Amino acid sequence: MERLTFDLATTPLRELNTFLHNDAKAGKTSQVTVLNPDGAHNIAVGLDCPIAVDVVGHAGYYAGGMNKSATVTITGSAGTGVGENMMSGKVHVKGFASNGAGASAHGGLLVIEGDAGLRCGISLKGGDIVVGGSVGSFSAFMAQAGRMVICGNAGDALGDSLYEAVLYVKGSVKSLGADAQYEPMSEADIAAVASLLDQAGLDHDPKSFKRIASKRSLYHWNADANQEY
Amino acid sequence: MCGIVGLLVKTPALREKLGELMVPMLIGMTERGPDSAGLAVFGNPLAENERKISVYSGLTEDGADFNWLGLGHALKEHLGVQVSVEPKGNHAILSFDVAPAIVKRWIAEHHPKLHILSTGRSIDLYKDIGTPAEVAARYGFAGLTGSHLVGHTRMATESAVTPDRAHPFTAGEDFCLVHNGSLSNPNGIRRMLEPRGIRFETDNDTEAACRFLEWRLREGDDLETALQKGFEELDGFFTFLMGTPDKLALIRDPFACKPAVVAETDEYVAIASEFRSLAHLPGIKHATVFEPAPEEMYVWNA
Repeated sequence: MERLTFDLATTPLRELNTFLHNDAKAGKTSQVTVLNPDGAHNIAVGLDCPIAVDVVGHAGYYAGGMNKSATVTITGSAGTGVGENMMSGKVHVKGFASNGAGASAHGGLLVIEGDAGLRCGISLKGGDIVVGGSVGSFSAFMAQAGRMVICGNAGDALGDSLYEAVLYVKGSVKSLGADAQYEPMSEADIAAVASLLDQAGLDHDPKSFKRIASKRSLYHWNADANQEY
Repeated sequence: MCGIVGLLVKTPALREKLGELMVPMLIGMTERGPDSAGLAVFGNPLAENERKISVYSGLTEDGADFNWLGLGHALKEHLGVQVSVEPKGNHAILSFDVAPAIVKRWIAEHHPKLHILSTGRSIDLYKDIGTPAEVAARYGFAGLTGSHLVGHTRMATESAVTPDRAHPFTAGEDFCLVHNGSLSNPNGIRRMLEPRGIRFETDNDTEAACRFLEWRLREGDDLETALQKGFEELDGFFTFLMGTPDKLALIRDPFACKPAVVAETDEYVAIASEFRSLAHLPGIKHATVFEPAPEEMYVWNA
């Protein structure tokens, strides 16, 4: 099927998103290239069909947000909230991503080949995130379900108030958040990391990752804790 | 929300194009800050004994029709000071070879509604209410030349939309600061500085940060030490961009609540709140683009 190109230097963003929401969903094409994104916000948000969207350049806020079924690739960097609240499909950032990447994603895979900013995977609800570089502080804060693979380092308070999401880190962790703890890597963990790295196209030894999960000590209110956790 | 932009050119040829390159950067931040805009530009310094002040007449009854040349004549008549005047509507740059306090005191006594925007040997400062495009056109920003500048587009959140509360803020000589964010302890900073004889002109939180850092520099701190003290004393959300005659400096609060992106090539360093203000720059496709880390100091030399 023919690949369609939208040049945002000459075409309004709304035209692109309208096409992706209507015509693309009706099967008019399965491949779209977006040129000159130039940091525009909301590129390819709310997609709802198995289309491939290649954004050539740097995207602004919320690129690929609320994605369902589509594969959105950004060759440059992504602004705040890339892949936010994704349901399924894949968002792949070749460069770095700013704060709140993959926030509250319910499903799908977010790949960031470079570094991710602060609060990556905050309130993750079942999606998977693979970061080739490092993540900033407060990443995976209150993450409820899903997995995060971090090939570089993590900042402060990784996995603070973690629920049932599982984090795998290869590099150093500046500090763990409240209720996050290291756990032994099982064969199933190694297989999970290997599979996610493979899907992300990143080459690391899955055995070199550490597993971080919830201690579950914050799950129930403890009146005797006297505000000490 | 607000937008910040900064540009430092590394090659002499680009100094002539500083304003032209910057105007789309400033306009690109209109959605982040539509109510006021401003910038400070640093160029070749005046001689050691000379000073210039940027003065704003928009708060006087005459506004943009203010008689700037008359002001120059009056200063000569009353103070015996030779003043060169470069008027641009409601703005003028006055240059002279006496201590600036003498000129500023006379202006404060005789024209209390004139607002002094900046003082120094290198800095010219412009700021006013209006969209970035309107303010840029009002003062001919595209024609500005120099080695580096800092600019700001404002969406006021904590003090009124007035020209004097627009950014950049200045303190002392040849120092300016723009801010995206909001401080939570500006009044504490004021209470600490005011007994030391430091006078505030507005109730704006950014002014507290500006006067705090300039006070540290005046006390002998180098820029890096002053910024470190800023991290310790200033509480709240901030991306600060600061200019001195030979430096451009950037810091972000530990939570990186307010954005910043840097693009660097062999020819320039450009900083903006978002990439969309950098997208038009020459060679941007091959620039090194990165997000400055929280609680780190970034200092570039002009």
